[in-house]
Amino acid sequence: MSEIRKGYVRPLDIKHGRVDMAHGSGGRAMAQLIEELFAHHLGNEWLAQGDDGAVLPAGSGRLVMATDSHVVSPLFFPGGDIGCLSVHGTINDVAVMGARPLWLSAGFILEEGFLLADLARIVESMAAAAREAGVPIVTGDTKVVERGKGDGVFITTTGVGVLPEGRSLSGSRARPGDAILVSGTLGDHGMAIMAQRESLGFESPIVSDTAALHGLIDAVLETGADIRVLRDPTRGGLATTLNEIARQSGVGMMLQENALPVKPAVAAACEFLGLDPLYVANEGKAIVICAAADADQVLAALRAHPLGADAARIGEVREDPHHFVQMTTGFGGKRIVDWLTGEQLPRIC
Amino acid sequence: MCLAIPAQVIELRDGDNAVVDLAGVRKEISLSLVEGVQVGDYVIVHVGYALNKLDPEEAEKTLALFAEMGGAMVEEPPVAH
Amino acid sequence: MKYIDEFRDGEVAKGIAAAIRQEARPDRRYHFMEFCGGHTHAISRYGVSDLLPDNVRMIHGPGCPVCVLPIGRVDQAIKLALEQGVTLCTYGDCLRVPASDHLSLLKAKAKGADIRMVYSSADAVALARKHPEKQVVFFAIGFETTTPPTAVAIKQAQALELPNFSVLCCHVLTPSAISSILESPEVRQWGTVPLDGFVGPAHVSTIIGSRPYEFFAEEYRKPVVIAGFEPLDVMQAIRMLIRQVNEGRAEVENEFSRAVSREGNVKAQQLVAEVFELRKNFEWRGLNLLPYSALRIRKEFAAFDAEKRFGLEYQPVPDHKACECGAILRGVKKPQDCKLFGTVCTPENPVGSCMVSSEGACAAHYTYGRYKDV
Repeated sequence: MSEIRKGYVRPLDIKHGRVDMAHGSGGRAMAQLIEELFAHHLGNEWLAQGDDGAVLPAGSGRLVMATDSHVVSPLFFPGGDIGCLSVHGTINDVAVMGARPLWLSAGFILEEGFLLADLARIVESMAAAAREAGVPIVTGDTKVVERGKGDGVFITTTGVGVLPEGRSLSGSRARPGDAILVSGTLGDHGMAIMAQRESLGFESPIVSDTAALHGLIDAVLETGADIRVLRDPTRGGLATTLNEIARQSGVGMMLQENALPVKPAVAAACEFLGLDPLYVANEGKAIVICAAADADQVLAALRAHPLGADAARIGEVREDPHHFVQMTTGFGGKRIVDWLTGEQLPRIC
Repeated sequence: MCLAIPAQVIELRDGDNAVVDLAGVRKEISLSLVEGVQVGDYVIVHVGYALNKLDPEEAEKTLALFAEMGGAMVEEPPVAH
Repeated sequence: MKYIDEFRDGEVAKGIAAAIRQEARPDRRYHFMEFCGGHTHAISRYGVSDLLPDNVRMIHGPGCPVCVLPIGRVDQAIKLALEQGVTLCTYGDCLRVPASDHLSLLKAKAKGADIRMVYSSADAVALARKHPEKQVVFFAIGFETTTPPTAVAIKQAQALELPNFSVLCCHVLTPSAISSILESPEVRQWGTVPLDGFVGPAHVSTIIGSRPYEFFAEEYRKPVVIAGFEPLDVMQAIRMLIRQVNEGRAEVENEFSRAVSREGNVKAQQLVAEVFELRKNFEWRGLNLLPYSALRIRKEFAAFDAEKRFGLEYQPVPDHKACECGAILRGVKKPQDCKLFGTVCTPENPVGSCMVSSEGACAAHYTYGRYKDV
């Protein structure tokens, strides 16, 4: 047995090391980073092929492909980190199309000087998220930018899934009379991040809701209910996503404020900062629009799933040539729930 | 808009500071503008400062007044808009 | 949330709404101005107008500090950050306010200026301590509520002998703005303002007390009811105003007694008086120059006055000619009456002061109420 000596390569110092330009230059350092850090955690048969791309079986049906770039500060936050977030985010984009997510790719842009220990934590978290979701990362890429030109790490993931025959979900399919449901509490992710910001910092029990939703969505689709639209209300929150759907479908909506699920701590943090939870980001919630007759069945299916325990029916689709999303307030009045204007900023003085 | 909210003081800290709690959210604020604040008091918090103590008795009076009005009006049929 | 949720109860609101309907005389109209952006926000956010009878109309006043901040002041802040290289700290509200040359603080940040959003004036002081190599300027805006925290920051900087901290002071005063609404030359030009009374400020009044409004009640025969910023507070204040009008009274009443006294917060008032003094004139966006309507830093604290430290000159910038903010802020016109509203002037691209912040009369109508116009 020709034992090739494992030596002559000094192992990566993950504990104390930092990303340097060599890790992105295509040489031995890069190969080592990929092998000892990325492949070590993410390893699967497709990555092991070691080629420029992954060779995957082409099944029947139509493919759904979605991509999402992830930038988040801080990189580690209560309830998750950029690693699992980048896996969940793209799985959710594929899943809300009604497709079964099969594979992911991951592209990393690393900033020179970034701690390898942090990178390892992030990649480990990605691996765990991918494993749990049953969606392997089959190909990837790494680039390094000079210090000061990145924010530690940016991760772009692309997901591919298969859409079964006969299924068609789109933001353009909402019809007047349809019921609007949401799978759980609003604003958890955005407020978990906001609480960590140095300038606003407060202590809170709020954790990000980052999660892969394909299991929950499967449960909804398996009911056989007439599902028109599925979407995950991420940036811009519920309000922005509903406005997108209203415009795409050419309809209006009427929400019931009292029905909107919001955790008390999220509501309280929003009070401190003058924010509206309807506009705060979620990373593990789905909006379901379905035929009104099927709403109870869908709600039951959502609530039966661990990620949908706080699901609620929050309103209905209406005819409206102006495509307004409106709300009956808990106070008994009416108002528009408008698109988000610009970036959401605390409003305090 | 002078956003300010009532929150309960749960801890007094050095440097005329205090920790307030609102539904589990906690924030360190300054007490430099108020006097005689104790743990348990509710203060009106604005940009990290307590503006005033909230008077619980006055709050109860105001609420009682609201409730009284609701009670007095039950005979009236609801009016649609 | 104690002392918050109870004041947003929709069931209780029905009772107050019924009381209002019963007390509002059908043979007359009631026009009340809520001075504060906080009230405007509560009215729009909770749909309070839907619970009011048609003959009770609320007019949104100029009490939004972001809205009335003149472009020339934002220009000063941007200049400091871009040209003098200071680290400029301010509240999140200010960041999007449009200034000259298509800039805003956010856009200046994109051009490389060091602009930081802070939650508190104390955060700006902390930043200056942490970065002795940087000049940190706190761009201080707001009414009487927000002024005392700025005074504390200046006193703190003085105690710490911080050589790299200063304040660009744009604090303004509520009573002067109310006077201007009641008796400026523009009012004569537009005719009588149909105001039957004021919903008085909530948090401003925690500081200044209810006494400063007594002058308006007596001098102009206008009832004032100080109210909290929760929707039930606003409803109750409206009911109290209607009652005053019906009974021919013009008094200062205090609905927000849980936080406001007649004297206000004397400690805070003293701090403010120690650090600040009146400016002879100050420009308000949409209201023009108002005499004795703002504060500047006293000479004893000149070391912390950014206007002095950086030799800043004030350059006024006129508003768009077609903009009706002046009339809207005084209740003479409605947002929908302005030609620019919703066409040229939108929340994404505000032209006039009332569209700048979500509490402005135009932005609130656009964001929450425009479904009523179609």
